[in-house]
Amino acid sequence: MSLVDLPEAPSTRGALGRLARSELRLVFGRRRNIVLLIGLALVPLVLGLVLFLTQDSALGGQGPGFIGNVTGNGLFLVVAALFICLPFLLPLTIGIASGDSVAGEASAGTLRYLLVVPVSRTRLLGVKALGALLFAGAAVLSIAVVGLVAGAVFFGLRDITLLSGTTVPLLDGVVRVAGIVAYVGLSMTGLVAVGLFFSTLTEVPVGAMAATVVVAIVSGVLDQLPALHVIAPALLTHHWLGFAEFLRLEPDWGVLGQGLTLQAAWVAIFGALAWSRFTTADVSS
Amino acid sequence: MTEPLPVPASSTGGAGTGDLAIRTERLTKQFRSGQVAVDGIDLHVPRGAVYGFLGPNGSGKTTTIRMLLGLVRPTSGHAELLGGRMPEAGLDVLPRVGALVEGPAFHPYLTGRANLARLDASDATANPRTSRRRSDEALERVGLSAAASKPYRQYSLGMKQRLGLAAALLRPRELLVLDEPTNGLDPQGTREVRHLVRELADGGSTVLVSSHLLAEIEQVCSHIGIMGRGRLLLQGDRGELTARGAARVLVQTSSDHVAAVAEVLAALGMAEVSVEGTTVTALLDDTPPEKVSAAIVHAGVDLLGLEVRRPNLEQIFVELTGEGFDVAR
Repeated sequence: MSLVDLPEAPSTRGALGRLARSELRLVFGRRRNIVLLIGLALVPLVLGLVLFLTQDSALGGQGPGFIGNVTGNGLFLVVAALFICLPFLLPLTIGIASGDSVAGEASAGTLRYLLVVPVSRTRLLGVKALGALLFAGAAVLSIAVVGLVAGAVFFGLRDITLLSGTTVPLLDGVVRVAGIVAYVGLSMTGLVAVGLFFSTLTEVPVGAMAATVVVAIVSGVLDQLPALHVIAPALLTHHWLGFAEFLRLEPDWGVLGQGLTLQAAWVAIFGALAWSRFTTADVSS
Repeated sequence: MTEPLPVPASSTGGAGTGDLAIRTERLTKQFRSGQVAVDGIDLHVPRGAVYGFLGPNGSGKTTTIRMLLGLVRPTSGHAELLGGRMPEAGLDVLPRVGALVEGPAFHPYLTGRANLARLDASDATANPRTSRRRSDEALERVGLSAAASKPYRQYSLGMKQRLGLAAALLRPRELLVLDEPTNGLDPQGTREVRHLVRELADGGSTVLVSSHLLAEIEQVCSHIGIMGRGRLLLQGDRGELTARGAARVLVQTSSDHVAAVAEVLAALGMAEVSVEGTTVTALLDDTPPEKVSAAIVHAGVDLLGLEVRRPNLEQIFVELTGEGFDVAR
């Protein structure tokens, strides 16, 4: 009786949704990943606390970038925390999740069992990309949400003074900060694609993770070298700080558009590389 | 030394090409390192067979299985699984195939049941409504129900192996490809696997079961294929294969008559006559055993016992390869 199980074949879309949900449960249910998100969330919390405790001392109101503005307006805590996490902590978190995506399954041996289930390789890669992208989004959001709450508690939210000195209403400020969060999130997509590609190259997840983080760091370093200004606009991290446009009275949409186009190009190139590698590689792990 | 040749395809249980669950043609895999792991093998597994895929570690069994399942692309030749050419037909064919490949592998931090749910969720053709029931049935079948809610990392080697089998049994399968299913199991577990294999075959499934321990699975197999150094040295119906081996006759006699018996056997034209204690052995060849006993009695020699011994598969294997079965390259 139980041997007959045939009249089913649910719709392909339902099946894809089922696989995607399973992947997201795997990514977001994994303790290591939860710890990473908590670690990122601690950044605005600790930053906010330190600034709160020192705001009346001689050092109050000082610091690089947007940090000096935080005590005046909690909304800036979101921006300052993202600014601090951008060079290293965010790439690290994203490198770990995306570098692990395929290589982790390969090293555990679970990749071969997924493929003989069977899952189409293209579909599996797509679902892995989705998981890594959403995790990157969650990483940015965990900084932003905790930053907003901590900023509101420590310093209060009020009308925001832009870089040009103009003050705009709180609601306008919130929209601008939301734009920053979205831009930073989208700025991570290229790195996710790079990590996914590295992840298809190896059975050693740590290798793919490290390589991904190195790409982000090296890109940041090369971007600083005047001698390389010709290639700078193509570097993965070149427009990462472009989010500051949202803090101008009239954001330069051209700069933001370039940033997003650059990310789209990296996603297209490394997504295609990952696909061509993964759909043809021998799985011998 | 006469060298038994691999049995041609036509003798694999009389099965025509259409009745084969697995068919490969000159299937070859050469790794980038230059090593030829699988060297032009023609594997023929008839539908309904329990095919014992045997060979020492490193003889190319797992690479062959990986090619059959579409995980590894052949360098040349091709493989067909349930009539579909691999790896292209994988998405059509593999839902009907359950597989255990080179040991079980699951997410260590998920429970046994959650791991099965993960695999079932990946199966686009599986019914999500029956997922839980099918998982539980599969766990029950391999005796793992009690440990279903434990994380995989707490499983013993035997339990891991059982979970691997449960994954292969999540759905009814036309074909099961079980690579070393008895690895890590104790003798009781090994017996259970044999029982399971027999049960699956009785249910109409074809089973390809690989092992480097010939004795463990020899008895459940209807067909045998023996790999050595990347080549398929021998394959065919198990009964036919063992019958083809050179039989020896063993004659027990009293110590005084050993020489006399040896003379009688030599007179019958038998080769390789040798004496060991009070037992005289010789290659039987085509001589009927009753003729041997009659000749001994006729010569007036003590005949205390007479036995015809056919070589088992292990001996055939050693004869074929000149090496022990458990010897890796």
